[in-house]
Amino acid sequence: MKYLDEYRNETIARRIVDELGRRTTRPWVLMEICGGQTHTLMRYGIDEILPRGIELVHGPGCPVCVTSLETIDKAIQIASRSDVTLISYGDMLRVPGSHSDLLHVKAQGGDVRIVYSPTEALKFARANPDRKVVFFAVGFETTAPANAMVVWQAKREGLTNFSTLASHVLVPPAMRALLAAPRNRVQGFIGPGHVCTVMGYREYERLIAEFRVPIVVGGFEPLDLLEAILMLVTQLEEGRAVIENQYVRSVTYNGNLLAQKVMAEVFEVCDRKWRGIGGIPDSGLRLRPEYSEFDADRIFGTEGVTADEPAECISAEVLQGLKKPTDCSAFGTRCTPENPLGAPMVSSEGACAAYHQYRRLAIAGRANH
Amino acid sequence: MPQETKLEVALACAVPMPSRDSVLLGHGSGGRMSGELLRNILLPALRNPILERLDDQAVLGVGESRIAFTTDSYVVKPLFFPGGDIGTLAVNGTVNDLAMGGAEPLYLSLALILEEGLPFDTLRRVMESIRVAAALAGVVVVTGDTKVVERGSGDGLFVNTSGIGLVPCGVDLSADKARPGDRVLLSGTIGDHGIAILSQREGLEFASTVSSDTVALHTLVTAVLRASSEIRCLRDPTRGGVSSSLNEIAARSHVGIELVGDAIPIREDVRGACEILGLDPLYVANEGKLLAIVAPQAAEAVLAAMRQHPLGRNAQMIGTVTNSHPKIVTLRTWLGTSRVVDLLSGEQLPRIC
Repeated sequence: MKYLDEYRNETIARRIVDELGRRTTRPWVLMEICGGQTHTLMRYGIDEILPRGIELVHGPGCPVCVTSLETIDKAIQIASRSDVTLISYGDMLRVPGSHSDLLHVKAQGGDVRIVYSPTEALKFARANPDRKVVFFAVGFETTAPANAMVVWQAKREGLTNFSTLASHVLVPPAMRALLAAPRNRVQGFIGPGHVCTVMGYREYERLIAEFRVPIVVGGFEPLDLLEAILMLVTQLEEGRAVIENQYVRSVTYNGNLLAQKVMAEVFEVCDRKWRGIGGIPDSGLRLRPEYSEFDADRIFGTEGVTADEPAECISAEVLQGLKKPTDCSAFGTRCTPENPLGAPMVSSEGACAAYHQYRRLAIAGRANH
Repeated sequence: MPQETKLEVALACAVPMPSRDSVLLGHGSGGRMSGELLRNILLPALRNPILERLDDQAVLGVGESRIAFTTDSYVVKPLFFPGGDIGTLAVNGTVNDLAMGGAEPLYLSLALILEEGLPFDTLRRVMESIRVAAALAGVVVVTGDTKVVERGSGDGLFVNTSGIGLVPCGVDLSADKARPGDRVLLSGTIGDHGIAILSQREGLEFASTVSSDTVALHTLVTAVLRASSEIRCLRDPTRGGVSSSLNEIAARSHVGIELVGDAIPIREDVRGACEILGLDPLYVANEGKLLAIVAPQAAEAVLAAMRQHPLGRNAQMIGTVTNSHPKIVTLRTWLGTSRVVDLLSGEQLPRIC
């Protein structure tokens, strides 16, 4: 398959791993930001072939996992109304809220639908003027432009039966929060390739200036990740801390300016609560007041919904790299992808779910010894 | 910094488990939730040794003969898709369930649940497909039933077919017969049916050149059985894909299965669609593929026989049965690392990004 097979080449992979072995003189703790990157690392067992001492910590970049409990509760409340069609990205349906999830709402008669693109939701709204169509707009800077675009379009067309429950999150403030935490162990970041495709990587220079931490924007294929790790280790071994771009086939310094423009037109920065992390200042996007007629939160009166996340699971430590998913006593027993106790077990991109899906053998082996 | 304190106190994300008190779509996925439904609610009501073999068909001794008996319901949406429709599926699916027991398929029943308002034209098209598929498979529809439900109570048309066939002497196939050292053979490319259906679904439509692989496999089964007497088990990896079938065999036989990722045949366009949609082809449905677990010394002959058959041209040896890691299926990646090929939890849901 063109543009994929080139990045899954064993000979080149071995060559990079050998080079890593030569350059690594002491232990380094690296974090991959994106859930998609975590998924690739687990799926191909890339962490198993790295030189000893290079530890990968799985970052908070799984949009499904970090969407706050109260946002899920709001979506469930809105989707339960008989006059509403709630349209969502697929893997949000399984995420547990306080008492239920969207799959259960659907099973009980709620009109919940899956799309790949928000434009499908807009199409549905146009075709079904008698339904109140709500698009559940979550995700990082990656999904924000398309979600902004449909709100902009809806306003231009004067659609009155379309709204969005928008709860976007931003990567750099989360990285700042992780770096500022007293127990931080992360010494270098594989930056989020898709987010930077949209946003460029200018913003990350500030983080480097403040925390002196190397960041390499990385892609999602095995060779992308191996190369990004090599670039990071090289910087660390040489005592440098700069931003570098491994994912050059997709990411430019300034990013996609058109996408940024539509985001800025429709959304404004706000404080945001992250599931598993808590409140982070200026880490979210919400609709600007000019677009409040498309704000499902306001239309359906769910602004007051709050939910507290009881402190039981260790996802906080997992997301900070203080613990591995397998260090949790509930892992694979009380907490499974069917019955997730915590956010990182919910989506296949969550660290715990990725371990559960691909590493059960290693875990079973450990239990037997 | 204000974030520091916030991060320290607010780090927690546990949530209560949602109750599982009603049927979800995931219970029909062929994965772990389907297994739970079977174990917790269906089997306890009906316990008997024939049912508990949990093969695709029951094999019943009647006088001197052994009769294979099976039933399957078809609720596919959309009714028509590239490569077939609900009618072809209903005939081929049941014929294949019989064939996986080594049986020669003979007779089918046909039950139709029609939704009020279904156009006669649609019904005529489906009936024509059933006629053609039955003729091609050499089976006769000998009994049937029709019910009509109110508009809104069905997706136009649901079909159930049951089938019986004769199991030849000496043929005894079951999911509990896999032994360490056995080889895993696959008759062709995986994921074609699931991707063909997905490409037509409302909200997900994408341009695709993939057609369903729906076809009756009984002649391929005959060729396989003729090539060797050491066939342990046959499966057609439908709902839940190759992963579900192999996990079931591993569990029933208390063995591990090791797959070689590079050996599994996948069409380029199916791989591409799976990459874009965030799906794993190992979990995507097939309707015309055969998995065979065969003794090691029989593997070459059976593979050759498959490849000589028009439905097995792309057959491959894709793995080995092992006594390490019982009940777990693993896959060796091109990197030389190994990963678990788990049962699907619920439905395979498209990812956000």
